[in-house]
Amino acid sequence: MKLFISEGNPHCLKVLAALEEAGVQCDVQFVNHEENLVPFLSRPSLPALLLPNGQHLFSPNAICRYMFEVSGQECSEACDQWLEWEATDLQPALLQALHMAVLQGKELEATKVLAGPLSYLDQSLTKANTPYLTGDVVSVADLVVCAALHPILSAPSLASGDHKSVRLWFDRVAASQSCVSASHKVLQGKGLQAMKSFMQRQPAPQSGQSRGGTHPCNSGPAEDEERERAVSEEEMEAAALTWNKGFNASAAATERLHPILPQEGKRNILLTSALPYVNNVPHLGNIIGCVLSADVFSRYSRLRGWNSLFVCGTDEYGTATENKAREEGLTPQQICDKYHAIHASIYEWFQIDFDFFGRTTTEKQTEIAQNIFWRLHENGFLLEDVVEQLRCEQCQRFLADRFVEGICPHCNYPDARGDQCDKCGRLINAVELKAPHCKVCRQTPVIRSSKHLFLDLPKLEGQLEQWLNKSTSSGDWTANAKQITRSWLRDGLKPRCITRDLRWGTPVPHPDFQEKVFYVWFDAPIGYVSITANYTDKWEQWWKNPGQVEMYNFMAKDNVPFHSVVFPCSLLGAQDNYTLVNHLIATEYLNYEDTKFSKSRGIGVFGDMAKDTGIPSDVWRFYLLYVRPEGQDSAFSWADMALKNNSELLNNLGNFINRAGMFVSKFFDGCVPAMELLQEDKKLLALVGWELQQYIQLMDKVKIRDALKHILNISRHGNQYIQVNEPWKKIKGGDAERQRAGTVTGVSINVACLLSVMLLPYMPAMSQIIRDQLNAPYSCVSAMLHGSGAFTRVLDPGHRIGTVSPLFQKLEVEQIEALKKRFGGQQTATQNAANPQSAATLPTPAIEVNAGADPEKARQLTQAVAEQGEKVRALKAQKADKATIMAEVSKLLELKKQLALAEGTSPEPTPVKGKKK
Amino acid sequence: MALRELASLEKYLGLKKPNKYSSRGDKKIPVLQNNNGPPLVGLVTIARHLVKEAKQPELLGEAAEDRAVVHQWLEYRVSKLDGCNKEESRTILKDLDLYLQDKVCMAGNHFTLADVLMYNGIHPLIMDLTFQEKERYMNVTRWFDHIQHRAGIRHHLPPVVVLRNRIYSAKHP
Repeated sequence: MKLFISEGNPHCLKVLAALEEAGVQCDVQFVNHEENLVPFLSRPSLPALLLPNGQHLFSPNAICRYMFEVSGQECSEACDQWLEWEATDLQPALLQALHMAVLQGKELEATKVLAGPLSYLDQSLTKANTPYLTGDVVSVADLVVCAALHPILSAPSLASGDHKSVRLWFDRVAASQSCVSASHKVLQGKGLQAMKSFMQRQPAPQSGQSRGGTHPCNSGPAEDEERERAVSEEEMEAAALTWNKGFNASAAATERLHPILPQEGKRNILLTSALPYVNNVPHLGNIIGCVLSADVFSRYSRLRGWNSLFVCGTDEYGTATENKAREEGLTPQQICDKYHAIHASIYEWFQIDFDFFGRTTTEKQTEIAQNIFWRLHENGFLLEDVVEQLRCEQCQRFLADRFVEGICPHCNYPDARGDQCDKCGRLINAVELKAPHCKVCRQTPVIRSSKHLFLDLPKLEGQLEQWLNKSTSSGDWTANAKQITRSWLRDGLKPRCITRDLRWGTPVPHPDFQEKVFYVWFDAPIGYVSITANYTDKWEQWWKNPGQVEMYNFMAKDNVPFHSVVFPCSLLGAQDNYTLVNHLIATEYLNYEDTKFSKSRGIGVFGDMAKDTGIPSDVWRFYLLYVRPEGQDSAFSWADMALKNNSELLNNLGNFINRAGMFVSKFFDGCVPAMELLQEDKKLLALVGWELQQYIQLMDKVKIRDALKHILNISRHGNQYIQVNEPWKKIKGGDAERQRAGTVTGVSINVACLLSVMLLPYMPAMSQIIRDQLNAPYSCVSAMLHGSGAFTRVLDPGHRIGTVSPLFQKLEVEQIEALKKRFGGQQTATQNAANPQSAATLPTPAIEVNAGADPEKARQLTQAVAEQGEKVRALKAQKADKATIMAEVSKLLELKKQLALAEGTSPEPTPVKGKKK
Repeated sequence: MALRELASLEKYLGLKKPNKYSSRGDKKIPVLQNNNGPPLVGLVTIARHLVKEAKQPELLGEAAEDRAVVHQWLEYRVSKLDGCNKEESRTILKDLDLYLQDKVCMAGNHFTLADVLMYNGIHPLIMDLTFQEKERYMNVTRWFDHIQHRAGIRHHLPPVVVLRNRIYSAKHP
């Protein structure tokens, strides 16, 4: 039996108290709030009890009841009734009260919410006139209700003189050893504040929010309905005080001076985003998962005044590059040069502001990778073993897994790759494939054995685990990153081969392994180090300085194990004081319309096509960040992009900033008017200040998509503020009214200025355009984001603004329909088509390649292919006679050919393959 | 609604004398006027009481662990399932579908009170599903169909049509 609990989770108080009171032996483990330990629940739910029979209990009351029952104390009917009341009546009110008290500081309202249930409890106790709820002894009901109310009733700020019987009863129960010790463990004497991080993860009560379903969530951050926050007098006064302090230029952002090196007394942040593989053009999913997310955080870090370095580069070694070189008649180096430039230009268009964008085919890479290799060797973390590999005699080389195809040994899918079957998804060892053939020349390869080196992961497991415990508990690891890492450790680590029989790679320096290179997974992450070394000779100040440097790794979730297990093991084994990852930020997947992006099948919008759409880079960034697959998969959709552009950017954000600017220009001659703050203005300042604080809290935790919501909330508040105060009418009135128009305009223009700052990480160009229109000093950008955030007046009365013009353009339905058609639901293969030249002509608009495509027909055919495929498999499974199978197979191939034509791609060459022999 | 549900449960349990109920508050929480003591309040509490009255304790679970699981789902019914909104209902269906993947009944292999209360509670959700959605939540639908056809369970609720063969291809989103 094992009980999982988390700190600051009020439900965990109950179970700990019950556990102790019942005196049951049980293993207790503290985990993070985000840990999902109940396999069938979509949302993490703690506490969780793993029963000896393997079942899970996720209801705190059921757990408490069980503890008591195991210790021989049956639950009476009265007790049942209290438990039911607690779950159905008390909990909803309590959740709301805690939300108010912990997150919104509205303690008075919190007590009001609880008044009903507390009166009921009070009356019942008074009437029964017993020391405990169900009689003269403590029952499970007492512990459950007392522990539930504990955070509220023991908070001094919420103490009230009412409900005397409740008080007496509570003091009696809460004083018991079990309650005291449970509260100590869960709340650690921090009272209400201990629950902050837990409460932030709960859906806001009564707002009808989703509890996190499985559907790709495109509702976006801003659409959650939120009740208007009530603002207290104190908040308003505090906001007005901050506002009046004005803008302090001394906190201004310092310029970036390269090379950036860690500085004493500063927060030093090393940021990496997963290295894109050089010979593919990145698609939108790659961009949002790695470089764009890291870019937003890097820009934000600078606004916060942190000293950050953002490095990335192309991953260039491997068979795929060799192959592409052969196809295009170039050397691998030439291929890399060419595609590195394509990558760099795509990222430049997306305004990815790397401090350095390097590559892995450099001398530094060889030097550092070989150094790490020797250290691992000397420290005894490498093993030797003989490996069977497929070799193509025709091509004179060993075949990488992806370059062998054949029939899946598990499901008989005819087009399985050497590493994985696309049909059944199982991992395959290339030598197990039936009827294998070389992807390049279609010859049947032979099995050869060859000696290889393995990284002894099992030997490093202990060290790794120790480090992981520390890193995941002190740093910000996304839930998926932790989960994937845990599952790797749970399955036990196995030695991993680090060498390959290839030519295009970092050579293995060991004399017994000449003519071999490092396997990319060993080599590529070392690219982060070597790219930094190419940026500055003092790279060791970043990479061998774990005491002073915090490292953030950004990636999509498929890359997690290499960053959380394999690479750290290489670095730990090197025993050279390397900086290891502190924060691992992994996104889920971004889908394209209703299907998946696929590099190999060429589905989706690719980086180089985005600029051909005529939609500005900033809008692309905004939309990708708005649907960032944060916590769950999401999807790119053209129609949704148009909707978000028109509703959020144009009608909300753009409209507000433009109106504020126009009022200054038209009514006040382009000069910010004098402001006399009334209660109403102070209320807006408080609302805006609160959103700003939320934004900072979320961004600090790299919740990029969630933080965006608060920017849009501010402009929503702003629009409402203008709408209610009608400055365009008041300006025509008497002096007092004109003064009012001035104040509203002046406050609004300053809110616009704040928005330009908060937008900077998301839409850097637009952020600058807004400041240009406002003629706001660049130095204001960091002033408001220091500490916990302060909304101050930057544009003083008399300040002259620039020329105001509309910021965003409407995306028309026809335009979007045209784009949707052009990029198809089923995207054409632009680079993997049979014609190798197509890759060389990549930057041309996709429309040319797409000529003759017919998405509707393609959809029908896709369906037909799927059905025919099922039929063939069924026949094979029944072991039908060969002629029948072959007849159906040829039908299938014909359908596939038609499908390829309908999609505008060339049909796959000679699909009959290995069957000929 | 809760009162009709309790009446149906009484019939299922074969209790001869119908009890007297009233309901309390906006949420119409059922109250049982008990001759031998104070009234009992709440659907779960009353349902448990009826099972004991009918002397069928196995419906609350055989072993302590089963009893805990049964209780958990009884509580789930009144705290999560009742009053859930559209979006929550999808999450509930999805979670239950995963949970029921390897189970015949709510608490494993044996029919319990949890099945009765969950069946009643989830009925409106299932009524709203299209055939395609019913296929998506295949395990929930299978369990639901099993329970509604169990002798003596379905009294006051209309039957829901469940197809046994799949009409949508498994790959369809």
